[in-house]
Amino acid sequence: MFGTAIIVFREVLEASLIIGIVAAATHSVPGSRRWLAAGLLAGLAGAAAVAAFADAIGSFASGFGQELLNATVLGIAVLMLAWHNIWMASHGAELAASARAVGKDIRDGRSECSALLLIVGLAVLREGSETVLFLYGIAASEHGRSSMLLGGLVGLSLGVAAGYAIYAGLLRVPLRWFFAATSVLVLLLAAGMASQAARFLIQADLLPSLAAPLWDTSALLPESGVAGLLLHSLVGYDSRPAGMQLVFYISALVLIGTGMQWARRLHKANSRTGAAE
Amino acid sequence: MKYISLVVLLFPLAAFAGDTGYTLVIRDHRFQPPELSVPAGAKIRLQIENQDETAEEFDSYALNREKVVTGHGTATLYIGPLSPGRYPFMGEFNQATAQGVIVAQ
Repeated sequence: MFGTAIIVFREVLEASLIIGIVAAATHSVPGSRRWLAAGLLAGLAGAAAVAAFADAIGSFASGFGQELLNATVLGIAVLMLAWHNIWMASHGAELAASARAVGKDIRDGRSECSALLLIVGLAVLREGSETVLFLYGIAASEHGRSSMLLGGLVGLSLGVAAGYAIYAGLLRVPLRWFFAATSVLVLLLAAGMASQAARFLIQADLLPSLAAPLWDTSALLPESGVAGLLLHSLVGYDSRPAGMQLVFYISALVLIGTGMQWARRLHKANSRTGAAE
Repeated sequence: MKYISLVVLLFPLAAFAGDTGYTLVIRDHRFQPPELSVPAGAKIRLQIENQDETAEEFDSYALNREKVVTGHGTATLYIGPLSPGRYPFMGEFNQATAQGVIVAQ
């Protein structure tokens, strides 16, 4: 039962932390709760579909459909997280000042909410499909069915609890640090996903690995441990990364960071001319 | 979009990759052979054939790889080039029995 709980926990944790962070980051966006719930449901449906068609997906693209799907899903999630952070860089201050300010900007708010839906949906789809395959395997096997399914439930609850903990923790961060804290977390999440996408493309031999591994810190901080696992889920820590993964990681950091700077500057310039009129 | 176009652009390269193939078989939630020798310093095409009813996830921290192999399915992935050494791997869904190691020499 413990084995099952740990496997499900590991699969659920990453999606749960992503949802916790984006839920906290968008908690003042009107209607974000509904979009988040919709994303969760769509993600679960998607996970079930991916699990059901795992055979067909696997044989697609000369056997590398799984890697292409994962890399594409991760790539879209990176773009959506980037969009979220750049949007927040220009609207965050207003959101904090009053929720009414966003009412005027409803169309903008809606696109932010669609980004939220996609981020949540894709995170659940990616991590959920493996959980579905695993639990289906247990349900289909003869031995120890109920205790193992119970283990799955325990793992799921622990994973969800971790996501809720980071959500509740972030909401306790004082307002003047809040946007900085959530945008740094989202930025690192996005960079970690870009690095994972690169890893899938290397696995399918669609990208060169460059130096592999670039370093080996598995003795110091193994990803099988709790700290390594948390760091892997939150900031994309990899104990034995390929050089190409670091290229993707740093590119994502620089591109999104530059986008945020640009949005902030543009917004400041706009509000200054607005005040002069 | 960036990644999708990147994938599409690089896709033809996969067909030209010259490489040696190695095969692992999963049966009764065990890997056969449990120890696979491969040459060090070369990119390896690894094929995993799952003869069990249920899905398995090939997972290796040492190789930095993970891939689902469906029940009665076959999966292919690339590993290396590896420095000489032992690289453990496992079937994540059946860790009690599904353990193995790739030896690069």
